[in-house]
Amino acid sequence: MDVANRTNTAAGGEPKILAFCCNWCTYTGADLAGLNRMKYPANVRVVRVPCSGRVNPQFILRAFARGADGVVVCGCHPGDCHYATGNFFTRRRFMLMRGLLEFNGIDPRRFHARWISGSEAAKFRDFVSEVCAIVKGLGHE
Amino acid sequence: MSRIGVFVCHCGTNLASVVDVEKVAAAARELPGVSYAAEYKYMCSEPGQQMILDAIAEHGLKRIVIASCSPRMHETTFRKMLKKSGVNEYLLEIANIREQVSWVHTDSGVATEKAVDLVRMAVAKVAKDEPLKASSIPITKRALVVGGGIAGIQAALDIADAGHEVWLLEREPSIGGRMVMLDKTFPTLDCSACISTPKMVDMSAHPNIKLLTSCEVAAVRGYIGNFTVTIRQKAKYVNQDICTGCGNCEEKCPVKVKSDFNKGLSDRPAIYRLFPQAVPAKPVIDRAHCLKLTKDRCGLCEKVCPLGCIDYADEDREYDETFGAVVLATGYGLCDWTAMYDEYGAGRFADVIDGLAFERLVNASGPTEGHIVRPSDGAEPKTVVLVKCVGSRDPKKGKPWCSRACCMYAAKHAHQILEKIPGARVFVFYIDVRTPGKNYEEFYDQTRKDGAVYVRGRVSRIYKEGGRLICQGEDSLLGKQVRVAADLVVLETAMEPAAGARETAALFGASADANGWLQEAHPKLRPVETQAGGVFLAGTCQGPKDIPDTVAQASGAAAKAIGLLNKDEMETSPMIVAVDEAKCSGCGACVDICPFGALSLEILTAREGRWERAERFVCKVNAGLCQGCGACTVACRTGAIDLRGFRNVQILEEIDALWT
Ligand SMILES: Cc1cc2nc3c(=O)[nH]c(=O)nc-3n(C[C@H](O)[C@H](O)[C@H](O)COP(=O)(O)OP(=O)(O)OC[C@H]3O[C@@H](n4cnc5c(N)ncnc54)[C@H](O)[C@@H]3O)c2cc1C
Repeated sequence: MDVANRTNTAAGGEPKILAFCCNWCTYTGADLAGLNRMKYPANVRVVRVPCSGRVNPQFILRAFARGADGVVVCGCHPGDCHYATGNFFTRRRFMLMRGLLEFNGIDPRRFHARWISGSEAAKFRDFVSEVCAIVKGLGHE
Repeated sequence: MSRIGVFVCHCGTNLASVVDVEKVAAAARELPGVSYAAEYKYMCSEPGQQMILDAIAEHGLKRIVIASCSPRMHETTFRKMLKKSGVNEYLLEIANIREQVSWVHTDSGVATEKAVDLVRMAVAKVAKDEPLKASSIPITKRALVVGGGIAGIQAALDIADAGHEVWLLEREPSIGGRMVMLDKTFPTLDCSACISTPKMVDMSAHPNIKLLTSCEVAAVRGYIGNFTVTIRQKAKYVNQDICTGCGNCEEKCPVKVKSDFNKGLSDRPAIYRLFPQAVPAKPVIDRAHCLKLTKDRCGLCEKVCPLGCIDYADEDREYDETFGAVVLATGYGLCDWTAMYDEYGAGRFADVIDGLAFERLVNASGPTEGHIVRPSDGAEPKTVVLVKCVGSRDPKKGKPWCSRACCMYAAKHAHQILEKIPGARVFVFYIDVRTPGKNYEEFYDQTRKDGAVYVRGRVSRIYKEGGRLICQGEDSLLGKQVRVAADLVVLETAMEPAAGARETAALFGASADANGWLQEAHPKLRPVETQAGGVFLAGTCQGPKDIPDTVAQASGAAAKAIGLLNKDEMETSPMIVAVDEAKCSGCGACVDICPFGALSLEILTAREGRWERAERFVCKVNAGLCQGCGACTVACRTGAIDLRGFRNVQILEEIDALWT
């Protein structure tokens, strides 16, 4: 399947970015962005997971296969994980992820991971905006 | 048919002013599995909840999606509501269309489109939700307090007074900690022994308290409500059941060892009690120095003991006990300044001592019966220099923190010197004077009025000249170098975490910060809890403190432990992992990855026929330990382990829903 051709940008629409956010840090940070009425592009759709360590690389491949223009995984800062060590697994897994995406013909710039704490609302806004701009720039492959 | 009901909230105008809620409800009605959709001004309000309950009854709804504020806001509210209906409270999903839509986007068209997407994802997920039931674990109604300083004593007494059994475990041969070394205590100057020893006696007499001295925590298994602790009882060589504490043995023992309790200012025998009012009031043998135990000579104590208590063959023993709650109260030590301050003589000068040594000197039951003298020659010092912040507030020495009690006890020491030695002169070198506490500033003020001279600046060097100690430093207010010739110098050194505190805490799943102080769950809102459920903190193990703060925190920790022990059982979240044994290959990859030790491999008898018996390994989940992070699910090669409430299929459905 030619994954890149299935993206929304390819069809001329607005890109859709899927964001996996851990419940304790980034999801809370995103809530805080709302509470502070910060504005960011509406392209992101959040999937709430208990821990970034819960995100199976299979989920990311599935999102791209279905037509995601970008996927991000966000969790607590290393050392701050609600579950002590979950996000260390995340870190290791997603270093491998980029290679796997390339192998599947997906531009690794469509995938990003970032540590965003519950108080870093502005970082969430900036990160989402940044990924959105990158993905828009990549357009149709 | 899934019979899903979707309820879209306006949140007043918070949502409705940006999102076209009617359009969202209309779109929801078209989604597969949805049999009913409605919108309302405030879903979380009484009438809003009633409306949902009515709709459930009227339309036979089996699963619920609420499009509203963040699930972090009202998920529990709506779960509680569902308990009143026939619908399992876990057949609920929340689409966050306030924090993630109406509050962060302005264009109504785009926002509404995103809200519909989020509802579609929630509907897809809820269709795969399973009914879950919170289970409960029984709670062992007994607390363990680790450390018998004033923090541990207070916590143990409070828990015991509330009617629960408490075991207090102390590694030294007596409880009491640092406080029993002190002479008088600021700001009231009441005698430390007078207020602490009665508490110690209360402890030993309390029907709910069991005292363990010369003990260590060797290992811990289990979790909140059920900690199985392996206790190591170090050999005491004195049968504590029959010993009356007559003291014959202590008198006759020929060995002389420097007393740690008296900071090396006096000697003690090898069979000894830590201090005269020790609790328990019975001696133990220090195996490192006993002639019988080291060289098989002497044996005098055995000969003089009228009751035959001495048992040279005694050995360390280990045994397991179970506790429901744990209070860590491991306290502090003073930093080893001799290793850090070559400029102060690194311990070469006998008359440069630390604050606890001064406490022993000035203590009526101490080695000099309360006479402040120079350790070198026993002469009464006429000029005394007190140096504050030795080690504290000094990142260069690796200790950036303020030790908090020193400003006040330095003022206390100055006061005691001026009171006990007529005509004495006291100089206090300081960086700042910090007196935040009730009646503290007044106490400090009085000390200055009494005649203590405060010099602002660090002492850069201490050296000997003509039999006196020259303290050289800068008076930073005058901007010039000063030199004071002193007879005695007291270094008010930094508090640091007790040796081994981090390791002991780690056995219980609690952690320490970068400096080694035990880490509270939240610095402001959860100051006595740790990240490990059922493990609480009391006193200076959590950070430097004086006695009032220590005792207050200990009572706080006790209240938390009592709250836990008052329950017979505890609800556990059902959103934990479950193993499909048929799929599990027993590889154990999940076991290694679990941060909580919740997974283990167990033997499963797969087949038991007449001729053969097939056994294999499968993964078992300990429901009390699993916290539901789901890290193991990713490691599982066969997909046998899955996280309830966030199963693979649910997340995949959510993803798929976005592009259908
Ligand atoms: C020189 C000096 C003077 C002071 N003067 C005053 C004063 O006048 N007024 C005032 O309010 N405060 C004063 N303080 C502060 C006071 O000493 C402390 O606030 C108080 O003693 C702290 O009590 P704690 O129980 O937290 O710790 P500790 O007294 O240190 O008790 C901890 C106990 O735990 C035990 N322990 C440690 N680790 C383990 C383990 N792993 N397993 C088992 N047991 C363990 C230790 O042996 C010890 O018995 C002074 C401090 C100093 C240094």
